[in-house]
Amino acid sequence: MSARRRRSNIGEERFEAAPLDGPLLDVVDLKTAFKTPRGLARAVDGVSFSLERGRTLGVVGESGSGKTVLSRSIMGLLPKKTVERSGTAMFEGHDLVTASDDELRGLWGAQLAMVFQDPMTSLNPVMKIGNQLTEMLRQHLDITKDYSRELALALLQSVGIPEAERRLKEYPHQMSGGMRQRVVIAVAIACGPKLLFADEPTTALDVTVQAQILDLLQEQQRERYMAMILVTHDLGVVAGRADDIAVMYAGRVVEKAPTRTLFGAVRHPYTEALMRSIPKLAAPSHTKLTAIGGRPPDIINPPSGCKFSPRCPYVQPRCIEEEPPLIDAAEQGHAFRCWIPVGTPENRAALDANVKAGLESAIAMAAV
Amino acid sequence: MPEPSPESGRDIATALADDEHRHALTPASAGVMAGGVLSGPETERIRRKGLGIGGWLCVAWLIVILFMAFFGSKIPGIPDPVNDVTTPRLGWGASGHPFGTDGQGRDVLSLIVNGTYNSMYIGIVSVFFGLVVGGFLGIVAGYFKGAVGGVLGGMTDILLAYPQLVLALSVVTFLGNSVFWVTVALAIVSVPVLARISRASTLSWSEREFVLAARAQGAKHGRVMLREIFPNVLPAMLSIALLGVAVVIVAEAGLAIIGAGVNPEKITWGNTIQSGITDLTDAPNIVLAPSFVIFITVMALNFLGDVLRAKFDVRESAL
Repeated sequence: MSARRRRSNIGEERFEAAPLDGPLLDVVDLKTAFKTPRGLARAVDGVSFSLERGRTLGVVGESGSGKTVLSRSIMGLLPKKTVERSGTAMFEGHDLVTASDDELRGLWGAQLAMVFQDPMTSLNPVMKIGNQLTEMLRQHLDITKDYSRELALALLQSVGIPEAERRLKEYPHQMSGGMRQRVVIAVAIACGPKLLFADEPTTALDVTVQAQILDLLQEQQRERYMAMILVTHDLGVVAGRADDIAVMYAGRVVEKAPTRTLFGAVRHPYTEALMRSIPKLAAPSHTKLTAIGGRPPDIINPPSGCKFSPRCPYVQPRCIEEEPPLIDAAEQGHAFRCWIPVGTPENRAALDANVKAGLESAIAMAAV
Repeated sequence: MPEPSPESGRDIATALADDEHRHALTPASAGVMAGGVLSGPETERIRRKGLGIGGWLCVAWLIVILFMAFFGSKIPGIPDPVNDVTTPRLGWGASGHPFGTDGQGRDVLSLIVNGTYNSMYIGIVSVFFGLVVGGFLGIVAGYFKGAVGGVLGGMTDILLAYPQLVLALSVVTFLGNSVFWVTVALAIVSVPVLARISRASTLSWSEREFVLAARAQGAKHGRVMLREIFPNVLPAMLSIALLGVAVVIVAEAGLAIIGAGVNPEKITWGNTIQSGITDLTDAPNIVLAPSFVIFITVMALNFLGDVLRAKFDVRESAL
């Protein structure tokens, strides 16, 4: 039978691969470091998590916490020469850390896909929307040109683009940012990937469009039973949408928990600080926004002990000397890295002691 | 001014939220929301505005040039450059010979018209070759930044550093002075220049996120270069190529003047100038007339290259 007739279906691919038991992605002690003239920059430093099919993991952290590098590192998109990686990232029987370029190329697009941050730059400015979609489809699915056009049209419609037929013939610059991000999502989900990385998919968009795009991602994820890793610096974005949340700081996961648990029982001071920094509509106008004092640590020469200790209002001598391991909390699936977790009497005492000692961040915290 | 109470603050917040809500429903903002839909044909109309008067004048001149190149002496009123020989060294405006005649009594206008084909052939073919080879090498060198890029970049730099006139001279001297070899000589000279430009352009384009996005979709390197980078590099390359044609036309004349150009039997613009060098004081028209034609042609190509670059500059219209 000729290759042209052998139309594989998007749905078909899903059933071919590995057994359905066990997590889809299992990351164990993943480390990623950049070689720089000053030394190794440990952007991801021993991250472990696993992700089931159809679930969403929210990765939260401020700029420079390693969340983007984490997703690119798992995908294998970082340059080989200047990056050192170790650990494992098992995806359906492939270790993505040791996989060859050819192996990865077969997975990219078809099994693993990524939605990038800025839709202004992640589409080719001189290629029509239709071609960007069909190119992707024809590369992975052995289908005819006409059939790929039909699929592209259906995809554009499914991501909520009006007048999809006409849009196929347009260039990216003829669309608004929100529309472009819809196209980027259409391209990413075109071949029915099992795992979608969304790397700050709404950061470059204005607030009214953000919710639409996030809803779209969630809807597509449910319909296609994809797993999704939603990377963001905004806890509000993941609050209603992720099943689990991992909070990253200086390349480490400092707290992870199912979403409800995390919002109900924050343990790590950094997570607490992130939550406090969400502006509240109910607050009186001209209220000062709560910021986290200090700056993210230098990942080439990180501070000793707990990486958050220089900015932490509860800091104690032990925090500076010894780095806390990931400690399991009472709740199922909840773990954190802190010696004096939020909500304990020790924590309260530490704050009082720090206020007396005149620690600025503690005074600010106590004043709230 | 009194401190706003928490109550009034909340009121303002709700009022603002309400306002936003209402605003989203008004037709005016609906128009803004649909901005993407409206801007389609509008931007197209702006971009299709044309080349401007200057641009069209350049196109008109280039059409005249092409006409001259293809019809030569078949154009009525243009005598045969070889057989219709009259009094040598006639000046400007002699009857039947508006640009006079050269030292052998050949009509200068006829020499210019009949030389167009060879001069343009050398210019266009050599730059086309430079564009294909240089463009390819440049994109490969720019995309693979490692060893491949280093070696190709180094080779380009060596070729650029080598005196180009000497390079062209040696090719013509050793391989022959037919139109073909002069074209080859000038093509070799133009390769590193175009490779340099396409490499620089590729370096900046390949850093863009859509190239990474294409890789994340599983595109192979060849495909990324051909489909993602090449179309973006092409407009810049084409406008540089137009300038390149102009440079090569001048270079052909330069080679002819120092006696290293195309065989003097062949009629080119450069050879016409060369034949008038000895009579520069008596009959400057022999040198000046073809020089003027070269001048206009080069100006037209340069200007058109600039207009096209501005017209196709994606960055200007995209953001």
